[in-house]
Amino acid sequence: MSEQIDQALERKYDAGFVSEIESETFAPGLNEDVIRRLSAMKDEPEWMTEWRLQAYRKWLKMEEPEWAHVDYPKIDYQSISYYSAPKSMKDKPKSLDEVDPELLRTYEKLGIPLHEQEMLAGVAVDAVFDSVSVVTTFREKLEEAGVIFCPISEALHKYPDLVKKYLGTVVPKGDNYFAALNSAVFTDGSFVYIPKGVRCPMELSTYFRINEQNTGQFERTLIVAEEGSHVSYLEGCTAPQRDENQLHAAVVELVALDDAEIKYSTVQNWYPGDENGKGGIYNFVTKRGLCEKNAKISWTQVETGSAVTWKYPSCILKGDNSVGEFYSVALTRGKQQADTGTKMIHLGKNTKSTIISKGISAGRSNNAYRGLVRMGPGAEGARNFTECDSLLIGDQCGAHTFPYIESSNPTAIVEHEATTSKVSDDQLFLCRQRGLDPEKAVSMIVNGFCKEVFRELPMEFAVEAGKLLEISLEGSVG
Amino acid sequence: MLSIKKLHARVEETTILKGLDMEIKPGEVHAVMGPNGAGKSTLGYVLSGRDGYEVESGTVEFEGKDLLDMEVEERAQAGLFLAFQYPVEIPGVSNMEFMKESVNAMREGRGETPLSSAEFLKKAKAACKQVELPLDFLKRGVNEGFSGGEKKRNEIMQLILLEPKLAILDESDSGLDVDALQVVAKGVNSQRDGKRSFIVVTHYQRLLDYIEPDYVHILSNGKIVKSGGPELAKEVESSGYAWLKEGENA
Repeated sequence: MSEQIDQALERKYDAGFVSEIESETFAPGLNEDVIRRLSAMKDEPEWMTEWRLQAYRKWLKMEEPEWAHVDYPKIDYQSISYYSAPKSMKDKPKSLDEVDPELLRTYEKLGIPLHEQEMLAGVAVDAVFDSVSVVTTFREKLEEAGVIFCPISEALHKYPDLVKKYLGTVVPKGDNYFAALNSAVFTDGSFVYIPKGVRCPMELSTYFRINEQNTGQFERTLIVAEEGSHVSYLEGCTAPQRDENQLHAAVVELVALDDAEIKYSTVQNWYPGDENGKGGIYNFVTKRGLCEKNAKISWTQVETGSAVTWKYPSCILKGDNSVGEFYSVALTRGKQQADTGTKMIHLGKNTKSTIISKGISAGRSNNAYRGLVRMGPGAEGARNFTECDSLLIGDQCGAHTFPYIESSNPTAIVEHEATTSKVSDDQLFLCRQRGLDPEKAVSMIVNGFCKEVFRELPMEFAVEAGKLLEISLEGSVG
Repeated sequence: MLSIKKLHARVEETTILKGLDMEIKPGEVHAVMGPNGAGKSTLGYVLSGRDGYEVESGTVEFEGKDLLDMEVEERAQAGLFLAFQYPVEIPGVSNMEFMKESVNAMREGRGETPLSSAEFLKKAKAACKQVELPLDFLKRGVNEGFSGGEKKRNEIMQLILLEPKLAILDESDSGLDVDALQVVAKGVNSQRDGKRSFIVVTHYQRLLDYIEPDYVHILSNGKIVKSGGPELAKEVESSGYAWLKEGENA
C-alpha cells in the first residue's frame, strides 16, 4: 500500500515556469554600498538608508541560527543578488495598461488575473515580482474607506510618518539573523493602514513571485490596524523550478491597536526542490504581531512549498483581554524540511491564545512543530490551548514536536494536546473499495485531518488551499 | 455473475484458501459459514483485491471479466461491494462527503455523469432513514465515534447508496443486538431485487433467519466442504462445526 502512496506523492509543481522578462539585477554581493545603491534606487529618505545600514551592521555581528531541526548547506550571502526588478517597471507604469503584458501573463498563468473586472470580487491584490510591486488593484475603492494598501516602497514616500512610526516596532531590526538581513536589504512588500473604527471593505492580498535566478527575495510587510478597525489579509507565494536554492527572508509586522482585529492568512507554495532535495526555496521568515487592549490577531498558514521552512508567526499579547490565534497546516514531502510553529507571549491580563497545528509528512521529509507559550508575571488569568497533530504518510518521514512552556503567573492556564497518526492501510483500502483511486483517497484523508485549519481561511482561499494540498499530494501514495 | 475456480490464496507465508470453488448467478444469495480461521474474511478480501492477500492459483471471473487482474477501485467500480467487519474511522471527512465522492467515482467508472449535491443529498437522506440512523450521521466524520452497531448500519447505508451488482457482507451481524440485526437485515433485503447477488459471510445461523439464503456453503480449512439449501444452516446451528473434523478424517 505504501508504494501507492509514494506514487501518488510524486511531485508536480504547477507554478514552476520561468517568465522571459528583461530585468535589472544587481551583481551578487552585499556591503554598505550595495545597501546605499538599493536605497537610492528606491529614492528613499535618508533616515531609511541609515536604518538599513544600522541593521546591516548588527547583522554582521550576528550568527546564523542553528537550533532549528533543519539541515542545509551554508548559505553564501555574497553570491546572492539583492535587487532585481523588471526593466519595464523602471518608468513606474501608472495604470495596468502600461504594465508589461508578459508580467500580467505571469500572474494570469498563476491564476491571479490583475484586471479588476476579472478578479475575485472583493479581493484587492498587490502583486510583487522579485524586488518590486507590479500593481495594486482596487486602490481607489479602498481609499474611499480611508484604507491604505500600497507597496511599502511607495508608502515610504507618501506616508513616511506612518511608516517611520511603526516600522521595526514589532520586529526590531536586530531581532534575529534573518530579520536583521531583511531590515538591511528589504526591497518591497505591502503596507496596510486601516483607520480607526473602519472595517476594511474587502480582502487584501499580496502575491509574491520570485522569477530571477540567484536573487533573494526580502519583502517586508507592515499592517497597522487602528483602534476598533478590522482587516483580513492573505499572501500567496510561488517561484520557478530551479536547481539552485534561493533565499527568501521576509519580515511581517502587525500592529493591532485597542479593539482592532487582524486576520493574516498565508498560502505558501514556493518551489520545494525536486525529489532528491535539489533546488527549492529557503523560506526563513519572521512574522510577529502586537496586540493592544482587546485586540485580536489570527495567523492562518498553509505551508506546502519551500525546501526549508523556518517560520514562527507570533503574537505579543500586550493589552489586557487580547487574543492570539495560530492555525497551521504544514505539508512536507520529498526531502522538504519544515521547522514551524508559533510564539504566544502573554503579557496582559486575561489574554487568550489558541494554537492548532497540523503537520503532514510524506516521502523522506521532516516536519517539526516548535511552539513557545510564555505567561508573563502580569498575565493574570491568561489561558492557552494548544493542539498539535502530526500525520505520517509512509514510513520514511519524520514528525517532531518541540513545545516550550514558560509560566511566571500561577493563575495562568496552559493546555497542550498532541497526537501522531498514520494514514493507515485500512483507511486506504476502505476508500479504494468504495471506488476512489489512491490519490483521491489520500487527499481526502489529509483534507479531513486539516479541516479545523481550513475553516479558518477566508472562503475564497479555503477551496484553493484544498486543491493545493491535492496537487502537492499527487504521487505521494505508497 | 461470479465464478470462482480452484482459488488458492495466502497471507504472508500462510496459505488460507486451498482450492475454493463457487458459482453465483444474478439475484442469488449465498451464505458462507464456517468455524473461526476457515478463511471466511480472507475470501472477501481476496475478491475485493486487498494488498497482502496474494492469489497463488485459480481463477475468478466477474461478469465475464478476470477479476484478479483488476485494481481494488476497478473492482469496486465494476460493482463489487464489501461491507466491512470492522469499519475504520476517517476523522474529519464527513460521511456525506465520503459517500458522495464514492457514489460519483462509481458513476464515473460506469461512464455516467456525477450526481449534483441536491440529488445526492436526497438519496443519502433516504438511505440514512432506511437504516434508522439519525440524519446528523451524514455530517459526522466517517465512522468517527460510532458504536459497533452504528458502524454496521453505516456500511449497509453505503450498500444502499452504491447499488452494487455483488455485495459481500463480512460478518455484518457480529456484535449486533437483535434490534440492530433486524435493521441490517431489512436494509439488505430491501436491496434484493432479483438481479443483485450477495455473499453473506457469517459465523452464526442467526442472521440467516432474517436474510434467507438460496444456498449455504460450509467453508473449512480453505475449501467449501459442504453446500446445500437453508436447511444446512440449521444443521450447523444444532450440531456446531465439530462434525467437520470427523468428515475430514473419514
